[in-house]
Amino acid sequence: MTEGPIRILVPSGSLGSGVREAEVRRGVALGAHAIATDAGSTDSGAAYLALGVSKNDRGAVKRDLAILMQAGAAAGIPVIVGTAGQAGGDLNVDWTRDIAVEIAREHGLTPRVALLYSEQDKATLKALNAAGRIRPLPPLGPLDDATLDGCDHIVAAMGPEPYVAALQAGADVIIGGRTTDTAVLACFALMRGMDAGAAWHAAKIAECGAQCTVRPADGAGVLIAVGTDGFEVEPLNPANRCDPHSVSAHMLYENANPFRLTEPGGVLDVTRARYVALDDRRVRVTGSVWEPQPYTMKLEGAARGRYQTVMLIGIQDPDVLCRLDEFHDRMLAALYERARRSLGPEAGDFHISLRLYGWNAVSGDRPPPGAPPPREVGVLFVATAETQALATRIAKACNAWFFHFPIVPDQELPSYGFAFTPADIERGPVFEFRLNHVVAVDDPLQLVRTAWIDVREGADA
Amino acid sequence: MTTVRDACRHVRSKNAGPYWVTVDLFFRDAERFARYAGSPALGPALFERLFGADPALVQHHRIADLGILKVSYPRTSPQGGEVERDMHCGQQFVRLLDVRLE
Repeated sequence: MTEGPIRILVPSGSLGSGVREAEVRRGVALGAHAIATDAGSTDSGAAYLALGVSKNDRGAVKRDLAILMQAGAAAGIPVIVGTAGQAGGDLNVDWTRDIAVEIAREHGLTPRVALLYSEQDKATLKALNAAGRIRPLPPLGPLDDATLDGCDHIVAAMGPEPYVAALQAGADVIIGGRTTDTAVLACFALMRGMDAGAAWHAAKIAECGAQCTVRPADGAGVLIAVGTDGFEVEPLNPANRCDPHSVSAHMLYENANPFRLTEPGGVLDVTRARYVALDDRRVRVTGSVWEPQPYTMKLEGAARGRYQTVMLIGIQDPDVLCRLDEFHDRMLAALYERARRSLGPEAGDFHISLRLYGWNAVSGDRPPPGAPPPREVGVLFVATAETQALATRIAKACNAWFFHFPIVPDQELPSYGFAFTPADIERGPVFEFRLNHVVAVDDPLQLVRTAWIDVREGADA
Repeated sequence: MTTVRDACRHVRSKNAGPYWVTVDLFFRDAERFARYAGSPALGPALFERLFGADPALVQHHRIADLGILKVSYPRTSPQGGEVERDMHCGQQFVRLLDVRLE
């Protein structure tokens, strides 16, 4: 069982981002033992967990998954997908499950499909919290029941153990809910007894596909070969290269700490890792250390907050452009006054923000005195209120003021450039992450549910 | 006068999960890394002043082999809130470029 290395084909940084068929063929030809990819992250915001929808186009995910499932079936190797449907909540998993079933039927494939669910119900978490099993990560404080109640969906990030259990039970395709990116790519090599430090470190390097190569745009995936004393990584595109710099630099990406990565059940420490070029396109890494720790799973909770309605104008009038900060302050005060007068106490505790794109919208800072005026600015109006209806009423009340607010008194009212009618756009709720906590569990499968589907003979879950 | 822009060949910023931002300063060479990566001008107080970060939580990591200083700091409001302006924090590095190192 400990013969190495174990080769994992990582076809892309995220399912749906564009797997390349030729790369997958090449990875299989190089002897891949499994295909593994994650399908999401928290990076795109809390909306996808709160709503249970993917940010990816269904067709793009189906195309990628079809290439992987066909390759996996032809080679007789498993296809492992984690953080399905962008957020890995139960709805996101089921969305991906339906795509997999559709692909199997269309291509005459008959895989055993394991579904791993890690969405959590609030009662379970409240009990664990009361038992002192949940602790905060900085910068948040202790968890209270109200915070849990405010979340639409809560997931716990799985480690590799539920995947290993499913693989050992004969899964050909695994569609997992929220999982650490690394666990998805490390699970197969860990199951086969490879060095844990090497398996986790290889997974971290490969988690964004070709991002760890010299030319990330020149290809989608990489092949990692995990052994008993280190790992190797190479791009799936033969024309691309990895070098020690491109590989080691990837440990910096999106990590608060580039040397120590906390995972369920331990910490990967790469402080003493050595990166050596094997040839002009492959890198060998040794010295990665896995330190076992008490098992914890990170919780992610997404909540909907207040609602927003937006409007947008463009301004080229030089009289405005040379006095933008004054214009911003005066217009904002006028809009608040108008909304309060128009809606009265009904307006509640609303918020209006004006963001001057082309001037200071991204930072919100005041440019230094004497900054040259821009050629034009876009002004985004954002009203935030308790309900969508209220946010829209505020926008409508402000409509004429926003589109025609004069900078020079007693002149003909200006009309700023707007591109849409109606001009107000209901943006929906603000979606926020509310949790940054970990839960301690005795068994890595304690908070995970596994379901199986058999796509043969029209059988369904 | 030497600024971050002068001393570095590349500076980038990115969210690290919903609550943290991480900044990578790629120094131009080993000499500049040795000279500036430990500069007090890049200490926790800078990240408090520019980004409102709690200085007690700001982390500095120096990677001498790569000539990189990595600084991670907590966001003042979580990703995607009502007043979000930079969801991925990918533009936050710009405020660092004109910081004077000496």
